[in-house]
Amino acid sequence: MSNGRPDGCALVTGSSRGIGAAIAKALAREGWPVGVNYRTDADGAETVVKEITDAGGRAVAVQADVSDPEAADTLFKRLEEELGPVLVLVNNAGVRADGLSPQIDDDDWAKVIDTNLSAAFRLTRRALRPMIRGRFGRVVNIASIVGAERANPGQANYAASKAGLVAMTKTVASEVARRGVTVNAVAPGLIETDMTEDIGDGLLQLVPAKRPGTPEEVAACVRFLVSQDAGYVTGVCLTVDGGLTA
Amino acid sequence: MSTTVTREEIEQRVFKALEEFGAEPDQISPDAEFESMDVDSLDLVELAQIVEDEYGVQLKGEDMEGVKTVRQSVDLVMSKLG
Repeated sequence: MSNGRPDGCALVTGSSRGIGAAIAKALAREGWPVGVNYRTDADGAETVVKEITDAGGRAVAVQADVSDPEAADTLFKRLEEELGPVLVLVNNAGVRADGLSPQIDDDDWAKVIDTNLSAAFRLTRRALRPMIRGRFGRVVNIASIVGAERANPGQANYAASKAGLVAMTKTVASEVARRGVTVNAVAPGLIETDMTEDIGDGLLQLVPAKRPGTPEEVAACVRFLVSQDAGYVTGVCLTVDGGLTA
Repeated sequence: MSTTVTREEIEQRVFKALEEFGAEPDQISPDAEFESMDVDSLDLVELAQIVEDEYGVQLKGEDMEGVKTVRQSVDLVMSKLG
């Protein structure tokens, strides 16, 4: 036990860059050993690990394509061996395959749903077992304002995956609340990352804050939801969008 | 592993789990119904995990359907060990 919380680690999927990297670093600063998951960007993941370890934290880079059904077990076993039980899971890995609906083919539909929604469910299911037994756990799903909150033409697959993620969040939260396990979502609006660099200006005009958000501002919300202070917050979707959906 | 586990050991393990779930010790008996001990569906999921972790027996949701008492749950585990 440290700071009154059980010993264990955090897994952040898709954390070699962008929002995921900011979340990994924020959780490491809170004292969590972090599994920095990446699919292809090994250099990015190693950079995140180095930043964390240089600052006195613990982290390991773990490769896995979360859309692979075997990935959950592989990731968890590796982290359980190296860093202890996974008590914090942040489902951040996400992909886009945009197109107007008549042009989204089955592969682009399936790829986005598999990575953004099905993988998050499989990882959550695997994470819950030790969390329920240990009477502590934090799951944070990185959703989006696109989906349940807003339509964005060209993102039917992405919107469906993110709306599904919020629905899953609320349902699982209600199932496990009495075991001290919280399940929440964070819905970023326009955030400055590689993934959003092509959808900037038009949307920016609509943001009351008149600026894009930063990955660190999303990470701060995740840090709160993971904290001991947020033990009674579960099943919510916390919007971080500079007022866009207000 | 399965050949060394006795029915009594499994029953004792289930009793212990029920206590952890908050059941009153004096209410726990082989024929007490889970519902009367305020043991709910999430508790039964956790019980299935304990059984899997400790006895290597996988219990699915459908296996647990209709299992209402300690005795029935022990019967189920014994049949899977069989």
